[in-house]
Parts: sequence; structure tokens; C-alpha cells
Amino acid sequence: MQTLVAYVENKPGVLNRVASLARRLAINIDSLTVGPTENEEIARMTIVAHTDEKGAHRLEASLEKLVDVLLAENISERSLLERDLALIKVSADQQSRPHLMELIKVFRARVIDVAPESLILEVSGTVDKIDGLLEVLRPFGVLEMARTGRIAMTRGSDLLRPPGAPPNGAETEPAVKAS
Amino acid sequence: MKLTGAEILCESLTKLGVRHIFGYPGGAILPVYDALGKSKLHHILVRHEQGATHMADGYARASGGVGVAMATSGPGATNMVTGIATAMLDSSPVVCITGQVSSKLLGSDAFQEIDITGITMPITKHNVVVSRAEDIARTVREAFVIANSGRPGPVLVDITKDAQQASCDFNWEASAPKLPPKRQRINYEPADFERAVELLNNAKRPLILAGHGIMVSGAMRVFDQFVHAGNLPVAMTLLGIGCFPASDPLNLGMMGMHGEAWVNHAIQEADLLIAVGMRFDDRVTGDLRTYAKEARKIHIEIDRSEINKNVKVDAALIGDAREVLEQLLPRLEHRERGDWLGHIRELKGDSAVRDIQGLPDNGHLYAAHVINDLWKETRGEAIVVTDVGQHQMWEAQYYHHNQPRTLVTSGGLGTMGFALPAAIGAKFAKPESDVWVVVGDGGFQMTMCELATIVQEKIKINIAIINNGFLGMVRQWQEFFYDKRYVATPLVAPDFAALANAFGIRGERITSRADVTPTIRSARESAESVLIDFRVEQEDSVYPMVPAGGALHEMIRRPDSPLVETATEP
Ligand SMILES: Cc1ncc(C[n+]2csc(CCOP(=O)(O)OP(=O)(O)O)c2C)c(N)n1
Repeated sequence: MQTLVAYVENKPGVLNRVASLARRLAINIDSLTVGPTENEEIARMTIVAHTDEKGAHRLEASLEKLVDVLLAENISERSLLERDLALIKVSADQQSRPHLMELIKVFRARVIDVAPESLILEVSGTVDKIDGLLEVLRPFGVLEMARTGRIAMTRGSDLLRPPGAPPNGAETEPAVKAS
Repeated sequence: MKLTGAEILCESLTKLGVRHIFGYPGGAILPVYDALGKSKLHHILVRHEQGATHMADGYARASGGVGVAMATSGPGATNMVTGIATAMLDSSPVVCITGQVSSKLLGSDAFQEIDITGITMPITKHNVVVSRAEDIARTVREAFVIANSGRPGPVLVDITKDAQQASCDFNWEASAPKLPPKRQRINYEPADFERAVELLNNAKRPLILAGHGIMVSGAMRVFDQFVHAGNLPVAMTLLGIGCFPASDPLNLGMMGMHGEAWVNHAIQEADLLIAVGMRFDDRVTGDLRTYAKEARKIHIEIDRSEINKNVKVDAALIGDAREVLEQLLPRLEHRERGDWLGHIRELKGDSAVRDIQGLPDNGHLYAAHVINDLWKETRGEAIVVTDVGQHQMWEAQYYHHNQPRTLVTSGGLGTMGFALPAAIGAKFAKPESDVWVVVGDGGFQMTMCELATIVQEKIKINIAIINNGFLGMVRQWQEFFYDKRYVATPLVAPDFAALANAFGIRGERITSRADVTPTIRSARESAESVLIDFRVEQEDSVYPMVPAGGALHEMIRRPDSPLVETATEP
């Protein structure tokens, strides 16, 4: 599994280009997340792909050939943090609730909705952690789940900023616009 | 100044230096055609939109500039797909402009609406829909920059009809290209460069693999200097042909599936390969597990995604071929290489005796003879545009090109039907040149409708049909690998000379060797286009041949006499 980060133009069709490229290279994408950055014209993608280092290089270099991709970088070998967020609707009756609450505590999940027959949990963390929680919830009955897929960031001074952005993060414009 | 989107398009193309547009009209592009009529742009009416893209491609390849093709929405646009893919795989700078239904109809399955940007996403370098007149000038300028920079490729601009019709201010200065700010990568570390220098100067059996990239970057001069400075033998890819003179003793000829035997052996025996602007395509490497086992590899290539894709290299110098060679040149040391060059000469000597050119006239007409005679008669100075198949390989083997951009051929996609339209494009790019189409009887029938374009445009092109009555290259595979079961390869064709006449073009039919040269000569002397139907040996094969996926040094060689039933030697 390889993790890539890409900065792309925040406009329609770009996601399609990225996905189409991976398909063309016969690289299976495990998860792909997109979100805005501090610059509204640029979006950041985290791509987790089922491929080896060679495939990741191919994907990275081919992504950068797309006009709308400003930067693509394979960060798999770097020291990085990855996070996934899940909402899990699990059946919970009077009997199972106390046991469930214990597990929720252990996994540092949060209950964000309570219904007579079910709970919605919110949990974030590494993929392994969420998979672990799911494993223990399964016997209770997982009714529905939504996961964001991974986002990733390299640690410390290892910065990956979009081209053209000031390197130290100092904004040229005030962070909070006076209205 | 207020102009319509259509006028802005024509104005922008003119300002970008465009003089010719190859296209076909239809409803969704009609406003542009109306504006074209009032402009100084020369529109060439094609007979099929595939032809328009191949013409633009041929124009680009012969000139080094951008070729422009135009079509209407829906079927006009989809007919361009093959031509766009052809340009993509051979990194040819083509800009395609398509009409699109009005923006308010987008997504409604309106008449002749098709998502052409969706369809062409994987076969264009970039594509874009324009739905506002204000965006036309900038987008077209960007398309030209993208198409012809870095590793070139086709760009499609899909313009909605309402954008063509709307009026807005036209301000050229204010519509400068605004491409996204890209990260600038360091192409290679000094250590890579030093490593390459060391490999170059220490190699005992070096060999350059010269590709299309040399032509694209305009590196011919420095490449020539580089080759002679290091006394380095050169093998050519199909698309590299012309970037280094065939007459140079260091030019060994073409490599790969139908490359010269001595070239393939030299690759397998080399201790250093210097790949310049080529991509180790499977047609040149054969089986990767046995490819150039003895050799270290230096890869000079502008496209980072090509590095270590097929062949793992020891030093990658990413960048424009000309710039990289200019930097390497002062560090390159001259070596005599008597043993290595002598050895290659020996390999060549063995092959030359098997060559068909040495055989006496036995009453049969061989395609190789026709092409060799064409080379001699045109003194190697023609622009030859080939189609795909056996004749294409014979052209590469027997027409010796000394000038860049004089062989125009579809390499990566291998598109039958390319030759005739691409030659029309090449002729518009180089009106003073002697342009020859070399095409099989199969491929010619795919796009022969463009004969009418030649007539309508009153241009002079010579067409040599290498007519063997078969889809020759496929027949050859059936002969070698399917026990001569000729399924769907025997081919009925019209009387091509009579067909030419029907279009208003002079047609000739040649069946004997003695008539080849005089007919070529008279075609050259004629002010009008001439089509010559060469009735060649039907079951001749291209040698040598590396079977697909086979080891490069294990070639099927021409049996001693071409009259002997073809035998498959190891
Ligand atoms: C559009 C297209 N369809 C099919 C092929 C497969 N193909 C490659 S060579 C060939 C035969 C070409 O026959 P012809 O044009 O007569 O030329 P020859 O090989 O006889 O010189 C075919 C069918 C192709 N390259 N392109």
C-alpha cells in the first residue's frame, strides 16, 4: 500500500482525471480523499493505492504530468501521520449498551447519536484502530458505516506545501478577513 | 473591440501563427465556420474527421509546429478519437477544436451532444470545455502552450455553441495563458550526472539508442557532436529515424522487432546503453528479462514517468535532450573503440549477404526493391509518410533518411489509415518538399476518401501502394505463428489506378522491377498527384523478426532465397 499526496486545481473534472489516470495505469485505489486547502483554488488529495514502490513512482510522475496537478508526492517512505474518520451505526439494546460503552471508551470513540435501538459512534485514528473497533462491534451488529478514507501528513519540518505558497506558512493575506 | 466567440477563436489562431486548419463542419461548429470564411485562415475540407486529425498530426510532425484540426460535436468529435490517440502515443502537438451543444443543453442528451472531453481524457495531454466567449482566447493560447511544451501531445478544446455566438471584448494582451503553478523539480542530482559521465567514459562497448525526443527537442546538432566526440555507435528507434543521418558510418540503423540483426545483437552485447529521448517500448526491447543484460543504462528523457518504467536504469538524466547533451558533451572523452566497432561491422557483414537487395532480378517484384528504388530515385530527400504494416518496416529498413522530420509514421499506436491524410498535412507544412505516401493495400482502403481532399486542394502528393493482396503484416504473423491459416487477411481491392482516375488523379500499375524507377521518376516530374499501384510479391515477409515477447537476439532471419518457402529459423 502506498500513500501519495497531491495538490490539484480546485475545479470540476480534476478528480475524474486523477481517477482515470489510476485506472489507466491499472492501479487500484484503496482510498482517495479530497478537501480544500487554505487557498480556495487548490485542493489537497491523499491517495492510498494498492501498488508497490515502482507503481507509486509511475503514479506520482504521471499525476504531475496532468496540467491540473500542481504537485504529487509519494510519502510512503517518510515519517507520516495517517488518520481515518468513521461514523458507525451499531445496534444497541438495553442489555448490550453497558458493554458497548466500555468498548467505546477503550477506543476513544464518541457517541454522537442515541436512538432506542442503536447508537452512532464517531471514531478517528489510524485505519488499524478503526478496523479494530469494527471487529469488536461486529457481534453487536454494525448497521451502517461511513468512512472518510485516509488523510496523511508528514511529520515535523518535512513540509509539503503547494507550489507558490510561502514556505514558512506566513500568509500574505490576514488569516481572518476583516469584514 | 467586441467580437463573437467564433471571431475571437479565428483571431487567436491567426495570432498564434496558424495558417491551416483541417476540418469538417457541422451544426455545433457553424458559427466558427462562418467566422473562418471571413478570416485569412486556410481551411482544408477533409472527407472524414479522422483524416483531419491525421493531417494536423502530419503537419505537426513535418513542421515541428502545432497542427490544428476542427470538427463538429457528436459524431464529428468521436471520429477524431483515433487520430487523437495516434498523436498522443507519438507525442505529437495537435490542437483539436470541437463544437459542442449550447451550455444550457449540456447533460441533456441533446442532438449530437457527446461528452468528448470525457471520451478523450486518457488520450489527450489535456482537454477542456469552454462555455464562455470570454475564455476562448486564453484557453486556446493555453492549449498551444500545453501541446507543444515538455513532452508534446494533443489538446482538445470543446467550445459550446453559445460561447461561439456570444460577443465580448477581445483583448489579446489580457488573455495571456494562465496555467497552474507547477512544482519545479530538480531534474537530477550532480551525482547522477557524474555517474553518467563516468559510465560514458569507461564503457568498452557503448551504444546510443536514439529516439524521437532528439527531434522534438531540436537536439540534432548537439547529438551529432556528441556521437562523434565520443565515437559512439547509434541505433535508431522507428520514430528516431532522421534525427541522425543514415549516411553517417556510426549510424547502425533501426533496432527492435524488425530492426537490423546487427543492431539487435549489438544491443545485447553492449556494456552501456545511452537512451536518448526514447522509452524502451516493448517493440524495441523484446523480452525484458533477456534485454541488454550486459549493459549499464543511462536514460536521457524529459518525461519522469518513463524512468525505470520498462527498463531499470543506472543513471537517469531527466530533462530536455538538447540541454542534457550540451552539458554532457564537454565531459565526454574520445575513444577509438576499434574492437567494438569492428565487431559490429562483422555482425553487419553477415547480415548483408542475406539482404534482399543483393539478389538478382528473378521476375518477382519485392516491396523492398520498390522502396530501395524510391530511396535512390528521390536521393533520400523526400518526406515519406508511411502507413502501418510490412511496408512501414521495409521503408524503415530500405529508405535511408538523412534529415529530421522526413519520415512520418505512426509508431506507438500503429494506426492503419494514417499515411494518406498525414501526408496531406505534411505537404501543407512543407509545400516545397517531395511528399511520398508509402501505404499497404489494406491501410489505403481505410482512408482513401482523402484522395478527394488532394484533388480539391490541388496539392501534389505521390502515392506508392505496396499492394500484396493481403493484410501483409498480419498474414506474416499467421504464416509464422498460426501455421499459415490465413484467416481474414486475403484482401480484395479495387483497381487502384482506375480508382485514382475516378478521383481525377493519374494512376499507374507496376508489376515488374524494370518499370519501378522510370515510373517513380515520371511521378516526380509530374506537376499533379500520381498514384502508383505496385503489385508486389504476395507472401513476402519482413526480416529479421523478433517474435512478440521474444529475446531481442533470437530473430527469425530471411531464408537464403526469398523464393524458397519461408522457413522459421531460430
Ligand atoms: C486501424 C488498425 N486496424 C488493425 C491493425 C492491425 N494491423 C497491423 S498491420 C495490419 C496489416 C496491414 O496491411 P496492409 O495495409 O495491406 O499493409 P502491409 O502489411 O501488407 O504492408 C493490420 C491489420 C492496425 N494496425 N490498425
